[in-house]
This record gives sequence, structure tokens and C-alpha cells, in this order.
Amino acid sequence: MTNVLPTRKAAPAAVSARLLTPALTAATARRVLAQLQHDARTVALLLAVPSVLMILLRYVLDNPIALNRFAPSYIGVFPFVIMFIVAAITTQRERARGTLERLMAMPLGKLDLLAGYALAFGLVACVQVALVLLISLAWLGVTLPGSFIPLAVVAVLDAILGMALGLFASAFARSEFQAVQFMPAFVLPQALLCGLVVPRDHMTPVLRWLSDVLPLSYAVDAMQRIAASAAWTAALTGDVAVIAAFTAAALIGGALTLRRRTR
Amino acid sequence: MTSDEAAVRARGLVVRRTGHVILDDLTFTIPGGRVTGLLGPSGCGKTTLLRALVGVQEITAGEATLLGLPAGHPKLRARVGYATQDPAVYTDLTLTENLRYFGTVLGLRGQALSAAVSTTIGSLDLAGLEKRLVSTFSGGQLARVGLAVALLGTPGLLMLDEPTVGLDPVLRRDLWAMFHRLAASGAALVVSSHVMDEAARCDHLLFMRDGRFLAQAPPAEILRSAGAADLEEAFLSLAAHPAGADHD
Repeated sequence: MTNVLPTRKAAPAAVSARLLTPALTAATARRVLAQLQHDARTVALLLAVPSVLMILLRYVLDNPIALNRFAPSYIGVFPFVIMFIVAAITTQRERARGTLERLMAMPLGKLDLLAGYALAFGLVACVQVALVLLISLAWLGVTLPGSFIPLAVVAVLDAILGMALGLFASAFARSEFQAVQFMPAFVLPQALLCGLVVPRDHMTPVLRWLSDVLPLSYAVDAMQRIAASAAWTAALTGDVAVIAAFTAAALIGGALTLRRRTR
Repeated sequence: MTSDEAAVRARGLVVRRTGHVILDDLTFTIPGGRVTGLLGPSGCGKTTLLRALVGVQEITAGEATLLGLPAGHPKLRARVGYATQDPAVYTDLTLTENLRYFGTVLGLRGQALSAAVSTTIGSLDLAGLEKRLVSTFSGGQLARVGLAVALLGTPGLLMLDEPTVGLDPVLRRDLWAMFHRLAASGAALVVSSHVMDEAARCDHLLFMRDGRFLAQAPPAEILRSAGAADLEEAFLSLAAHPAGADHD
């Protein structure tokens, strides 16, 4: 039989009626947390590693003035890095094990899945940041010009940003091995350019421009402002807005890379 | 849904992937209230056909409707159960946690969810394993968890990709009995297999080879038209002389 039927390019009514169903987002977050709960070692690593790194930083610098200057930036960077890699691996596993395809064949919105992940890892980030702050402020002797709350808020936002970028990056990984490689590939250039190694004002124009388009730069800028002044300034609000925008863009980008059908 | 109505209708279905024709112009119906066997050697396109019908594989040409809706329609996601060959479940969750999550995604809540979970656990003989991590399950138990998820929402159409591979004979017999119970209650089932002795257990057969159908009819009719003593022989003779076997 010759094929005279029209080829179907656009799937009819492929867009689900609702982008986000709170019950499904919550169920997905609970599921991700339950997976973590069964994996005590991962939880221990997630919570302890940023704190251990801060303790290490304290003794590497071994200088209260330097510590007060650098510690807030690192409080933003360590959870960012750890969340990036955890999110990238977790979603890559979801693809490799076929559970993603199963979910995409079920009535689950793409944003339900991503928001569920964001919620679960956001909660983990809160605990992670609370612990690293407690250790830094109460034990390591880090002092801030003002309240610790702006620092906590921005650190949690940084961790969520890392998670969102990890979710997005995992779409481009064909294997867990590649997903692990994305950590140095995506994160280390940002760490070099974000102003931790060399102040961003001192960079050549090209590097400065690169640094301006990378999200971690704004995370570190925000932390440096918090370390320098007790006031919540307009510049700090600007940094937080950029971090939030990158997070939203990465989550939406992640949703766009989730395909219900393979070609 | 009345059981005599076709659950699936496809016309001129073609799937091409990276230049290769995987499904070559398939026209067929799958009856409601019956167990349809999709039989053929591995690599012949069975999984691609199931994926295209479920809506996770893009269709290159032709059309397929399931329960009156085009393949991949969002409304079908809660009404078509799909079990992949490798059980796509969370091995780092317990059995109950898996079923409750997928059940919630399918729209079950509260009492209905708990009832569906316990019924499915019972009918797949997984009782006693509720609180165990799925990673500790045997191969056969794991395969049944994958099936359990597909059965959860009591779908009107079930696509099961090699559901009985590697299971012990007693369990296989029980599963086939369950498939026929589900069909008797009105559901349409498509069960793929590369093992020919499963063909005789089906009400309707699709014999597949190299992305085409060699035959589509009830087993008795295939035996009669091929003049064969058993279905394996029928498959072999149809594979040797495919011309005229494909009736439109």
C-alpha cells in the first residue's frame, strides 16, 4: 500500500492543560526526599561537605581578617557546587533507568517534575546552609557586619541555582560519566571567573565580560556585599534578581529539554 | 468501552529513525477486551511499535488512534498502562513508595490510592515485600514491580513489553491468567514476546518481522491459513513466504 496519508508533524494538543499541579509537585518532592532518606551516606555527604570545607578554609587562611573577607563567598560557592553535581547525576539516573520516560508517558507535567526536584533540593539546601552557617559563625569565628539572615537567604538561593543548572546540564549528558564531567566543565570556569581568585575589576575586558554573563559571579558579588556592609543595598537586590533569573531560566530550559517523544 | 470495539487502530504507520525504517507501513487494529500477542524476533520493531502507540516515540508517517484518541494525546496518559522491558522503577525506594508515587501521578488520591496499591500488590503476588527497597528484589520480583506500575490506574489499554521474560513457569501461568481476567473485565492488552510458546495463550496475534506484519489474526485462523501444526511452524512458513500473508 502506498503511503498517501499526511505526515503528522505537530502533535495535536500536545500541551497539557495545566503546567503545574501542586499535588504532583509535592508528590515528586516527597519521592526525591524519600530516595535521599534511603541513602544515608549521600545525605551525610550533602550536609557535611560544605561545613568540612569551611573548617578547612579556616585553617588554610589562618587569619581572622582574611577569613571574614572570604568566608561568606565560599559559603555561597560550596553548596552551589555540591548541588550542581547532585542534581546533574540524579536526573541523569532518572533518564538512564527509564523512569523519566515512564513519567513522560504519564499525566505528569514537566514543570511538576522540575519544581518537585527544586523543592526537595531546596529543602536540603536550607539544612546544608544552616549547618555551614552555624559552624562558621558559632565555631570558626566568622563575623558579619550585620545580621546573618541575608547571608543565609543568598546562600540558599545559590544552592538552588546550582541545582537548577545541574538539572539543565544533565539534559546534555548521555551517561553518568559525562554528567560528572560537567562539574569541572561548567563549574570550575565559573569559579575562576567569579571574583574569588582575582577581583572581577582587575580582569581583562574579555574575561570581565565572560565573568559578567556567568551566574556564579553574581552569587559571589552578593556575598561580598553582605560581608562588607550591614545594609541590604539596591546592588544586592540586583544580584539576587540575577541569581533568581538564572535559576528560572535554567529550570525552564530544563523543562524544554525534557521531551515526551524521541525522534 | 464495549469489548468488541477496537482499542487501537493504525493506518500506514511508519517510524524512521536515523535513516532506518523501523516500522514499515503498518495497518492494524487491536481488539478491545482481548489479549493481543505481538510476536516476533528481537529487533523486529516490537518495542518501537509499543513506544509509538504509547506516544513516547515520534511517528514519521501514518496515524494511530488509541481508545478513539490520537497516539500521544495527553488524555491517554492516565488511560494507557505501559510496562517497559526493563522495569522503569525507583530501585532506591520501597515497593509501596514506588506504587504510591506513580499512583499519585496517575491521579489516584487517598483511599483510592491505598486501595489500588494493595490490590496491585496482591494481584502480582508481591505481598510481604511492601517495605523493602526494590534494589533488594530478585529479577522476577523486579519485573513484577514494573508491571504493577502499569496496572495501577486500572487502564483501559495495557501495553506490556516482554512482561514474562525470565519468570518462572508458575508465575508465568498466573500472569497469563491475570491478563485474561483483565481482558474479560473489558481492557485491551498488548503483550509482546519473542517466545513463540506464548503465542498460543493469546486471543489475537500480530506476527512481526523486520518492521512488518507477517500475519494478524486469532491463533486458530493463523494455523489454518498457514496449514501448520503449531504457531512456531506457522511463523516460519509465513516468514519464508511473506507474500499474500498480509491481508488488508
